[in-house]
Amino acid sequence: MEHTIVRTEKFNAYFGANHVVKDVNISIPKNNVVAVMGPSGCGKTTFLRCINRMHELIAGATCEGEMLLNNEDVYDMHPIFVRLKIGMVFQRPNPFPNLSIYDNVIAGYKLNGIKMAKAEKDKIVENSLSRAALWNEVKDSLHKKGTFLSGGQQQRLCIARAIAMEPEVLLLDEPTSALDPISTASVEELLFELKKNYTLIIVTHNMQQAARVSDRTAFFYLGELVEYDDTKQMFTNPKDTRTQNYITGRFS
Amino acid sequence: MGPRIKLRIGKSTVFKTLVILFASACVIPLLAILGYIIKEGITKINWSFFVNVPKPVGEAGGGIANALVGSFIIVGVAAIMAIPVGILSGIYLSENKTSKLAYWSRLSVDILQGVPSIVIGIVVYFWIVKPIGSFSAISGSVALAIMMLPIIVRSTEETLKLLPDTLKEAALALGMPYHRMILKVILPCGIGGILSGVMLSVARIAGETAPLLFTAFGNPYLSTNITKPMHSLPLLIFNYATSPYDDWHNLAWGASLILLLWVLLLNIITKLTTRKWNIQL
Repeated sequence: MEHTIVRTEKFNAYFGANHVVKDVNISIPKNNVVAVMGPSGCGKTTFLRCINRMHELIAGATCEGEMLLNNEDVYDMHPIFVRLKIGMVFQRPNPFPNLSIYDNVIAGYKLNGIKMAKAEKDKIVENSLSRAALWNEVKDSLHKKGTFLSGGQQQRLCIARAIAMEPEVLLLDEPTSALDPISTASVEELLFELKKNYTLIIVTHNMQQAARVSDRTAFFYLGELVEYDDTKQMFTNPKDTRTQNYITGRFS
Repeated sequence: MGPRIKLRIGKSTVFKTLVILFASACVIPLLAILGYIIKEGITKINWSFFVNVPKPVGEAGGGIANALVGSFIIVGVAAIMAIPVGILSGIYLSENKTSKLAYWSRLSVDILQGVPSIVIGIVVYFWIVKPIGSFSAISGSVALAIMMLPIIVRSTEETLKLLPDTLKEAALALGMPYHRMILKVILPCGIGGILSGVMLSVARIAGETAPLLFTAFGNPYLSTNITKPMHSLPLLIFNYATSPYDDWHNLAWGASLILLLWVLLLNIITKLTTRKWNIQL
């Protein structure tokens, strides 16, 4: 049996009185790419943000139920510790505008006050940028500001920044929705590579993307986890009529 | 073209001309003041003007060293008091937009901005000068610091409000604690706007006279003791310009020019720093 890294038990999330994630039970196997798809407002991003405890930063946002990382409830851990273990890439590229490309990659160490030798930093920077498929494009301009890069490069820089911390899980919240098709393709290609070392959970709006990049797919509708299965199975032979309606485009 | 269209075009031309005319009219007072002060002041300035203290009436020469040093000390001490408080309050206001404390402190800062400077001076007189029993530079600094606060608080708040929330999320998602996010991400990204607020507040108070009248009081000798009365440029101008002696009038003209140049320089530095430190988001 595959090793499960993230598992939830009757997980619920709220914005004030608004119940946005309802009784979700899901287990996510290690070194898999899991796509979370569903129409707008179905709670998929909220669910993702609950995994690394970013949800609770919004005023009035609460949640209940179990959210386990390696069988330990993340809501019993310190949020800072959780976020070191679970990295996140956002919808819009958000490199730190005051830092160079180099410093952006090691921002997690540098800004947390972790001191390292230069050689060690160089190694992390080269390693992370290579794994984010950005090294060749930026190796001669490491000390330029990260915001000089194109949107797609900025997003890969943000991925490099997240994986530089060696997280166990990487959450991606519609990472290509602000990118053009070519940048999207390069980020998607990257996800295949990253799966060797990390477990990826990617929220996407886009069914084709879910079908292309993921091993397993979860379909959320109105806050419920309707169906969760092998991606191939889900797209060829969905069990629930709501899933079927969604992937055949009857509603979106 | 019908006559109605011609009339409209005519009206629009008249309106445009008026706008341009009044826009240029704004520049005239500044140029007039600058020109007059430079004309009157420039001939009075020489080396001894900077290094000597004023001479007694009837003796030629003398300078404004005491007022120059005094102004730097009084304004400097005021800045040391106002900058940390102002920036921290600004951070609080930008981070907590809706709390009760934010509402009340925003309101008080706005009202504080409108309090006449002479009123601040008289209050500080009763708070500090009277209990201690002596005029002092430090009490002048307190009065000026109170005047600087609203400018620093609001400019910090407005600058930080413009930073996108995604920036904070990026920092927190890397496991950064709150204080590090503020110090290492939010402040560096807003430093241009914050610095310009600080500079403008310094420029704003450099010429304040009223709050110093019954706090720093003035001193004909060079003093660096902040617990004792101290001279400052605006006080010197006030005292000497209203005196009946030509020698003292000359010193007042020279001092006016120096004060004006100081404020101008601060404004130019502000423009340059904002440009240099401006972070592209």
